[in-house]
Amino acid sequence: MSTDWPRVRLHVVTGKGGTGKTTVAASLALALASHGKHVLLCEVEGRQGIARIFDVEPLPYEERRLATGLAAGGKSAGTVHALSIDPEAALLEYLAMYYKLGRAGRALDRFGVVEFATTIAPGVRDVLLTGKVFEAVQRNSRNKGARQYDAVVLDAPPTGRISQFLNVSDELAGLAKVGPIKHQADTMMTLFRSPRTAVHLVTLLEEMPVQETADGIEHLREAGLPVGGVVVNLVRPRDLKVKDLAAARKGALDRGAIEADLVTAGVDVDDALLDGLLSEARDHAERRALEDSQRKIVKALGIPAYELPRLAGGVDLGGLYELAQALRDQGLA
Amino acid sequence: MSPSHPRAHPRVGPLAARSTTPRSLDVDALIDDPATGIIVCCGSGGVGKTTTSAALALRAAERGRKVVVLTIDPARRLAQSMGIEALDNTPRPVSGVGGAAEHGGSLDAMMLDMKRTFDEVVESQATPEKAKQILENPFYIALSSSFAGTQEYMAMEKLGQLQRDAKQTGTYDLIVVDTPPSRSALDFLDAPERLSSFLDGRFVRLLLAPARGPARLMTAGLGLVTGALSKILGGQLIGDLQTFVAALDTVFGGFRARAQQTYALLQADGTAFLVVAAPESDALREAAYFVERLSEDRMPLAGLVVNRATPAPAGELSADEAMTAAGRLQRAGGGSVTAGLLRLHADRVRMCEREAVLRGRFAAAHPQVPTVVVPALAGDVHDLEGLRKVGNMLAAG
Ligand SMILES: Nc1ncnc2c1ncn2[C@@H]1O[C@H](COP(=O)(O)OP(=O)(O)O)[C@@H](O)[C@H]1O
Ligand SMILES: Nc1ncnc2c1ncn2[C@@H]1O[C@H](COP(=O)(O)OP(=O)(O)O)[C@@H](O)[C@H]1O
Ligand SMILES: [Mg+2]
Ligand SMILES: [Mg+2]
Repeated sequence: MSTDWPRVRLHVVTGKGGTGKTTVAASLALALASHGKHVLLCEVEGRQGIARIFDVEPLPYEERRLATGLAAGGKSAGTVHALSIDPEAALLEYLAMYYKLGRAGRALDRFGVVEFATTIAPGVRDVLLTGKVFEAVQRNSRNKGARQYDAVVLDAPPTGRISQFLNVSDELAGLAKVGPIKHQADTMMTLFRSPRTAVHLVTLLEEMPVQETADGIEHLREAGLPVGGVVVNLVRPRDLKVKDLAAARKGALDRGAIEADLVTAGVDVDDALLDGLLSEARDHAERRALEDSQRKIVKALGIPAYELPRLAGGVDLGGLYELAQALRDQGLA
Repeated sequence: MSPSHPRAHPRVGPLAARSTTPRSLDVDALIDDPATGIIVCCGSGGVGKTTTSAALALRAAERGRKVVVLTIDPARRLAQSMGIEALDNTPRPVSGVGGAAEHGGSLDAMMLDMKRTFDEVVESQATPEKAKQILENPFYIALSSSFAGTQEYMAMEKLGQLQRDAKQTGTYDLIVVDTPPSRSALDFLDAPERLSSFLDGRFVRLLLAPARGPARLMTAGLGLVTGALSKILGGQLIGDLQTFVAALDTVFGGFRARAQQTYALLQADGTAFLVVAAPESDALREAAYFVERLSEDRMPLAGLVVNRATPAPAGELSADEAMTAAGRLQRAGGGSVTAGLLRLHADRVRMCEREAVLRGRFAAAHPQVPTVVVPALAGDVHDLEGLRKVGNMLAAG
């Protein structure tokens, strides 16, 4: 099995809220961390979604070992570390690393400037968050003894904000036209715009998220940011054939034949059960029709698409590995 | 942001596993009660807040209330079918509302334009000259378009405006409010506090300190601070910043007072909060935090809407029995349609069982919260007909 994205070091996972960004980012990290690879999974919105999904203590601003990667092809699995990036901590770290601003850094904090800068100064918050991600991808000698990763996965802000979030030099344009931060932002943009980055979009097969995905792709392209794949999440089971779906929708499935099959299979049949199964089939067929029409739109986007099933039991650790395997089988990792 | 919601851990405890049947929520009684003046629908992102608010508003109008619904982010097709796809920040009548004439009911709808609402507040609080200065400042632009909480804050501002207008002119007797698509339901309640605490922040106060004058401002500490800032961000920053902060000072006293008024309105008797959740652990956990917060802040909770629930399967056939039977059919080499139906049934039964456990946990921890379960429709909800269906399901619970 080979991946569709062999050169990518930074996988950014975005999508409409609630479509499964955190779930997909976590599964992708597990999938990438096979074959002895080491992966860092980052979040930037202080939601502690990663801690929740892996059922561990809230993550600090510190890289923590989280899980073993997906075992694949008999090779030893790698590891997944996790980091929750906090803008205030990132600013103080940045000041210490680049300006040796020990005293001034503390003064900034004491005067509430750190809070101010990270809350309101246009774009500064995003630059700090993306700056830390950049640092994790391109580790250099300034961060002594830090772990090196083969790939970084970012559980990113939602589609509506992603281009702005990654387009740091534009964001700062109104504020810092010159100076070290501007220079820093330009260096970061070089990575974000390069083929070593891919922005993947998570969607559901529903109107709103698909529309948002299409808009998101357009904005990414306008900003010169590399569009990765579309991850279609929560796909319903596909247990009926196309012709049967059509019949199910019209209420034209062969009731007699189904009843006979059920008897053969040893099921206690009554009208309530038969009516129930037929009406479940109708709902399912209607939902599938909606999914199929949206799937066509996804296909027309012209970028690779990967599908993840809706897990009936919900997402637990086992479920994450199951999704990781599906991503690997389809070549996202 | 208020300091204490430990969101990272699921609620556990002796009651967590015991299942309780919650009281059911009587939606029609709520919307028919003339004392109900404001209904706020909150919940975490994507659970169905916009759909629920629109469905409730339509139902209330068709039952004779004079309703305005303030939506935040309706799906494009829903916005079109309600005639509010143009963002002009004022309520427009919705056409196709049934039975309105004979009951005297009506429905207006609008979609919030956050930046415009903010601009209008600035314009109403400052002289034209000063307003222009503020509107063009890069810090204001960031604050009004991307500060976390601005959308929530502006939703409250707009609610306050609608309520004042309704009181004066009597155009509406019920306002239904959708809330912004933030991840956390609490953001809505925390927004005014967040904005004020930002404006009361040490740095802002320092830059404002008028009595001290520029010479005194350049104390060693602040000198170091501004020095470091210009070094990192470039020099023009400090200038923009001081202009902005000075301008804010004149405008924001009024701002804060309005936010407090609206907050008080939310605590008043005519207001009812509906918490919307999906039958998932994250959404229900958020709902639980919100319910607790409402009671701490003495805000009136009407109930919980569990939206997009898996419709209950018919019959007694368990998931395991269905899977076994499907396996038998497949091995016998026939009945592929029937085997498919059985697998679908098993999937649905499993989903329902899991959702019932999650709801049971919520009910065990919050037995006092009336609840209604709204099943998922097979397709999207994008027109008045769909909203009516959701409204019927809300009332049927
Ligand atoms: N493939 C899946 N199968 C079942 N449930 C899922 C799946 N993907 C996501 N979920 C559930 O959907 C909800 C939202 O997912 P999450 O990853 O937190 O979304 P986001 O980060 O985009 O807000 C969670 O409750 C999660 O467990
Ligand atoms: N009961 C329901 N059955 C089917 N689809 C629903 C239901 N409630 C909401 N939806 C759909 O779910 C999506 C999200 O709903 P929306 O109301 O916009 O959520 P929110 O405002 O909380 O983000 C929309 O596409 C809507 O049509
Ligand atoms: Mg998330
Ligand atoms: Mg909404």
